[in-house]
Amino acid sequence: MADKTTKTIRVDYLARVEGEGALDLEISDGRVVSAELRIFEPPRFFEAFLRGRGYAELPDIVARICGICPIAYQMSAVHAIENAFGVKVDGQLRALRRLIYCGEWIESHALHVVMLHAPDFLGFPDGIRMARDHGEAVRNTLTLKKAGNELMRVVGGREIHPVNVKAGGFHRVPTRSELAPVAESLARARDLAIGMVRWVATFPFPDFEQDYEFVALRHPDEYPLNEGRLVSSRDIDIDIADFETEFEERHVAHSTALHSLVKRRGAYLVGPLARYALNFDRLPASVRELAREVGLDSVCRNPFKSIIVRGLELVFACDEALRLIAAYEPPDLAAVPIEPRAGTGFGCTEAPRGICWHRYDFQADGSIERARIVPPTSQNQPTIEADLAAVATTVLDQPDDVIRHRCEQTIRNYDPCISCATHFLKLTVRRT
Amino acid sequence: MKAQRPRLAVWKFASCDGCQLSLLDCEDELLTLAGAIEIANFPEASSLILDGPYDLSLVEGSITTAHDAERIQMVRQQSKFLVTIGACATAGGIQALRNFADVDDYIAAVYASPKYISTLATSTPISAHIAVDYELRGCPINKAQLIEVISAYLAGRKPSIAAHSVCIECKQRGAVCVMVQGTPCLGPVTHAGCGAICPSFRRGCYGCYGPMETPNTAALACEWQVLGATPRDIARVFSTFNAAAEAFRKESKAHGG
Repeated sequence: MADKTTKTIRVDYLARVEGEGALDLEISDGRVVSAELRIFEPPRFFEAFLRGRGYAELPDIVARICGICPIAYQMSAVHAIENAFGVKVDGQLRALRRLIYCGEWIESHALHVVMLHAPDFLGFPDGIRMARDHGEAVRNTLTLKKAGNELMRVVGGREIHPVNVKAGGFHRVPTRSELAPVAESLARARDLAIGMVRWVATFPFPDFEQDYEFVALRHPDEYPLNEGRLVSSRDIDIDIADFETEFEERHVAHSTALHSLVKRRGAYLVGPLARYALNFDRLPASVRELAREVGLDSVCRNPFKSIIVRGLELVFACDEALRLIAAYEPPDLAAVPIEPRAGTGFGCTEAPRGICWHRYDFQADGSIERARIVPPTSQNQPTIEADLAAVATTVLDQPDDVIRHRCEQTIRNYDPCISCATHFLKLTVRRT
Repeated sequence: MKAQRPRLAVWKFASCDGCQLSLLDCEDELLTLAGAIEIANFPEASSLILDGPYDLSLVEGSITTAHDAERIQMVRQQSKFLVTIGACATAGGIQALRNFADVDDYIAAVYASPKYISTLATSTPISAHIAVDYELRGCPINKAQLIEVISAYLAGRKPSIAAHSVCIECKQRGAVCVMVQGTPCLGPVTHAGCGAICPSFRRGCYGCYGPMETPNTAALACEWQVLGATPRDIARVFSTFNAAAEAFRKESKAHGG
């Protein structure tokens, strides 16, 4: 017999996320009994067809996992290759890698802030229609995004699937004069980013906090991009090679999804909120001051406010890129020579959406024997679902449309990049 | 009387999202474009989904599931003019490597519970399923070419997209041939469109725009061997983002791929 107090809210196609997903929420007797993010992104089997490919092909191939954050995949891959073959990339080549990563953060964060996330707070279906009432803010953020893409293009060759990254460094390094106009764009972008942070901080935010276990890289001197130890807000502090001892992908009961979990505890959170909370002291003083000015503490547990944190990371990325360009001297060699050998290599870098962890087993000739790639969005999935249940609970007495919208917004808080999530599978409809 | 703006839909199948992102990457043209065309169905960018039919549909991605094979028929029915964008949609993408392998082995390699995975044994281009009005190549597509295709549609003319090889683009940009400097390059057999980016970064083209018309891949493969490439190198380079494109598949196979 149907229970009259039971209702199911479905969103069949999540808009403004990168990839295909859907949401099922089941409410019974005034409480949320299940909240499920269903992913129907068809599997593309990267880890399978990487077997037998050469290490030199890896950066070009893994870029194709995600058109929004190809640099994240390229960077995790080249660091894993170098880790396996005992190569260290330092000096200006290392700086250039940080520089191109800043470009990806800028274009990806700017896209999410203005095109995908801000419309939720201001009541528009998209950034383009939002431009009718907020034209200047939208145009400014597009200018900011364009600066990030310009940086990707000059250092990487193109915005999507850059061609210049290789194991050991780059195919060709830019000249100082090639970077000079980029610096001009970035200086303007930095000012626009500061304005954007002040703008998004005025949005109406739901009063909602969660006690997350934040997980991010932490580096002795820098806000993390390519290197660091893997740390958490509880007690994790490990080498990236030990990821598999602390974390696992587990089959959940009645579900076909692989959920990433801290083995000893459960759900955790990666991405801007986690990086910020664990590395606030590594941000430049000007960015820390801006955070305080807009009312943000050194830790932010409200996922809706991730839009402010993305804004602060945008300011940081512009600052950092400007600093790197100012100190840039073209190195003599575009890449450190690589000699393959048998072994296992690990790479873990901070994609705009959080840590992107790779492990490759190589044969003596540099061919890949086994590949394992853990993208950020699959790591956040259990946390997104926990947030969904908690958020829905706060609006249960509201009409379905309100609940549906709030749930969609909750998912978009994470800027989920579903195309990336090679381990996302379709969830079963019901879970107990 | 102001004519109604043509209605645009953007569809996604198996892909990385990069080609539809190209539309949002048109930072300078985006708002102008939105004035000339009504964005009626573009889920990656908007939660407002208007019902079809649509005047112009852009289709990204390849067909890899039974559900998608049905969905593309529905997309065709609702679309007056349908353009496929990118290597996945025009050639099956890198996920078409499964076409030459055992898909069950692929599933087992990635997923612990293979029985939950529903996928076809092949990844096929959109044109294998429905009639396509125009194909735009590239992994990813070139956003200037995308704007050209949309502008041409709005003006009721044919898009001006060159069909020659990347070699011509190298000459146009004044780049020095990398092959004469000893670097193997797929430029001579690859469809133009990127603007010869790789040679300008001192590396060989890796064929992400797929084969040009009537490419002489066998002659190029000989040149590659002269430059020291092994059969395995050649098999691999023809087996990437356009692996299922016939000319590339044939050449890869000829070298053990």
